[in-house]
Parts: sequence; C-alpha cells; structure tokens
Amino acid sequence: MRESSLSIGILALQGDVREHRLVLEELGATCRLVRKPDELRDLDGLVLPGGESTTLSVLLESSGLFEGVAGLIAGGTPVLGTCAGMVLLAREVLDGRPDQRSFGALDCVVRRNAYGRQADSFEALLDATTIDAELGERDHPLPAVFIRAPAIEAVGPGVEVLASLRNDGASVPVMCRQANVLATAFHPELTSDRRVHRVFLAMAASHGTIGQVGVGRLSDTGVQGAGALRKVGEAI
Amino acid sequence: MTTEATRVTGTFTVKRGLADMLRGGVIMDVVTAEHAKVAEDAGAVAVMALERVPADIRREGGVARMSDPALIEGIKAAVTIPVMAKARIGHFAEAQVLEAIGVDYIDESEVLTPADEAYHIDKWQFTTPFVCGATNLGEALRRIAEGAALIRSKGEAGTGNIVEAVRHLRSITADIRALSQADRAERFGWAKRLQAPIGLVEEVANNGRLPVPLFCAGGIATPADAALVMQLGAEAVFVGSGIFKSEDPARRARAIVEATTHYDDAALVAKVSRGLGAAMRGQELAELDERLATRGW
Repeated sequence: MRESSLSIGILALQGDVREHRLVLEELGATCRLVRKPDELRDLDGLVLPGGESTTLSVLLESSGLFEGVAGLIAGGTPVLGTCAGMVLLAREVLDGRPDQRSFGALDCVVRRNAYGRQADSFEALLDATTIDAELGERDHPLPAVFIRAPAIEAVGPGVEVLASLRNDGASVPVMCRQANVLATAFHPELTSDRRVHRVFLAMAASHGTIGQVGVGRLSDTGVQGAGALRKVGEAI
Repeated sequence: MTTEATRVTGTFTVKRGLADMLRGGVIMDVVTAEHAKVAEDAGAVAVMALERVPADIRREGGVARMSDPALIEGIKAAVTIPVMAKARIGHFAEAQVLEAIGVDYIDESEVLTPADEAYHIDKWQFTTPFVCGATNLGEALRRIAEGAALIRSKGEAGTGNIVEAVRHLRSITADIRALSQADRAERFGWAKRLQAPIGLVEEVANNGRLPVPLFCAGGIATPADAALVMQLGAEAVFVGSGIFKSEDPARRARAIVEATTHYDDAALVAKVSRGLGAAMRGQELAELDERLATRGW
C-alpha cells in the first residue's frame, strides 16, 4: 500500500488532534503535529481538526502558520478539514466573528453552529453512496457525530458533495470536496468508521502523481450552472 | 440507499465530543458580556459565565449559588464560543435551569456552596454535558460513573496558587500510571481502594487514560502555570480569577492561550510572559479560612 509511507501533518494548535492521529496511524500513515511553519515541509497531506474555529484562527495568525497553510493548499497538497477545520476552509462563513480569517479554499457558504447549542448536538447516519462507489465498497450508511456543527448552506460549481444528511425530506450536504480540499461538517475521527480518512489518504497517495486529485474520478453530481452557487435544498 | 434521518441527541459521544474539541484550549471565567468578548478575542475556547469569580466568592463569603439566568443569557448573546455555567453540587434543579436556558456545559462546582451532603447530580438525566472537579482518581471515576463527560482538577479556586491543582493532577496521573501496570486480580483491589466501579477501573487500566478528557482548574494565574499543568498531563486549562483579577486582562488572556498551545516551547512561553503587568495577588493556602477542594466526595 502506498499509504504506508504517507506523511500527514495535523494542525496541532487546539482541538481533537489525538483522535485524527490515532485514525491515520491505524491506516498506516506517519503523522506530524504541526505547531510551527517549518513543520509544514514535505507533507503528503494536512488535517485541520475539530476545535473552536475562532481560537484556531487566532492561533494560526500568532504562530505564523496562516500563510504557510494557505500556500500548501494553493500548491495542491490534499487537506482534510473537519467541523472547525471546514469552517477554516470555507469561502464564506456566516455567524462567525467579523475578523475570523479563513483560507477560502472551498467554494461553499458555511454557517457556524447552525444546528443550535450543545444540547442539539447529535449523531446520525448519512447517505454515503458516492464515498462507497469511490472506495469500491457496498453502499452502506456512514455514522457521523455532529458537535455544535456548521452547516453547508450553498456550494459552488466545482464542489462535489460526497455525503449528505436527510433532513425533512431534503438532502443536506455535510461532506464536500473541491480539487485537493476535503471537508466534513461532522467528526469522522470520533467514530470507528474509517471511510472518510481512507478517501483522504487516497487523495494524499495520488497527490503529485495525477495533479488535481479527485477531478474526473467522480461523476459531477450536482455541478451545474457556471459560477452560480447552488443553494442547498434547491438543486439536490 | 436511503437512510432514515434519525438524529440522536445527548449521547455520551456528543457530550464528551465537545470536551474533545476544547482540548488544548483555555476556558475563562467571565462575569460580564464585555469580559466574554475580551476572552473570545484572546482565543478562549469557551467561557464560564458567573456572577462572581472565585476570588470574590472567597472574599465576600455567604452562600454562593447558580448565577442569574439573565446574566448567563447576556454572555451567551455576546460570544460565538461555547458558554458554561455552574450549578451547586447536588442541586439538580439549578442544573435543569441551566439546561433550559441552553448553556453548552454545566459545571457541578465546589466553588459554589454544596446543596446536597450525600449525592452529586445524576448527570445521566441531562442532555447537556457536565464537567466535575476531582482531587484524585477515585473521585474522578465516581463523577464519570454519575455521567460527567469531562473531569477537571479542583485545585484551590480563587487563590492564584497552583500548588493544589498540581497535587490533584499528579495524584490522578500517577494512579493512572500505576493502575496501568496492575494485573487483572489487582484491579479489583484498585476498585475497592478507589471506591470506583470496576468497569471504569478496567477501562483506565486498559487505556492508560481517563475515559473522558482531563482538564486543569484552580489557581492558574500565569502563562507558565498553564505550561506547567499541560506538561503534567492536563489537556486544557480553566482560568478563573487569574485573568480578570490581573492588571491587564486582555494581554494576560492572550498570553495564557499561547502558552497553553505551545506549552513545551519555553522560548515562546518566555516571550508571551514578558511585561504582562501584575498577576492576581494570590494567597498562601495556610491563610485560607475554607478549602473549596474538600467540598464533594
């Protein structure tokens, strides 16, 4: 397996770094905790974990990591953002702090804490048909943990929806990919299901060999209308 | 494949999951919406909303109770980060009120005057997660058995003196290390000594860690205090009186956030510690009339 030699960085400023590390090491990757700019060198992939996005935003600035991470993403290195990590990757963040910076690498509109307070945090099963097709697995639901989770309210034309949550008859995207950027509104690192991290490691494994990862390997479900954001619930 | 939209709230996974998301961060005591904004600006992962910080509770005396819901709601409205609030030990009706107004975490806290001399709150009855203080491993496991999803050291709140928090952290982590070496028969002896359920004792022995995150509280006043307790095994820190009883709360808050993240980088801790102004005054434990850490059992 190519994955056995992959070197994956985990942004270790704050959040559930340990859980991501356990999952990635179980899948054969070598992990490096990233707290300083020079720790971003020679990575096959980078994880932005769950945590508090406002705190991560402050610490990304003060540690001098913001530009380095932005450069890494722009250079095509696969990146996985979960929950707060997804907020950091989104092009537009609603209900955030006005000074909250994000990398703007995922053409999505994301609303922070969209499901309410902690008492509304929940577990649910997701449609994972697209992921299962990519991994060559039989189609089965993906267990997911949502903690004060953000919601994806609109997605751009270049964004693939990989998993969604059924909500009052509508299908709400909760896992998206755009080129080298993979993001989930939930916490795949808190369950024993490894499919999200396997998708990410496959992207990391093909990074540098096929250039833009993911493009062309999936049917462009839902990609329509050049330039226009799709409002969630309308176009799906 | 069509999946049913069954959402389950209040599971232990989502309760401890929020604690997991706070790891590596600083939770700050705040008494006003303005304090809460200062805390959020500095990079706090959460705030603890209360009427008086522990140093003032200590100084003023009297019965310390749950804060006015209006005060907590005002703080909730001011920030986007999670808001915690304290209920008295055993006072499940205060906890019900805190759940009703939508706080994100309830601290069943020895800083308030205990309401029940025999029983802590049955925390399994709540959707909102609980954090509880502990001075040793047995106390931590009893609280977890009652449903706590996060444990913090008690320390000695309101003193600005780190010595008790260090003692509690060292006691918990040393016992976890020793228990990890125990054979299967010895684990029953541990359960008896710790006065804790054998199932939780087995879990600690097998995993070498508590079943929930372990944070530090009680007496943190400087960036170096935060670095100390993080190196001793705390996964995040609560700062009570230490920030807003200091000379320059905004700078000190930011410095403690930085030191908690980069706790093993002494040069960075040195850098953020420079010129912070006076820390809270602090108290020798021998000067105290009452030890809050002895509340709860």
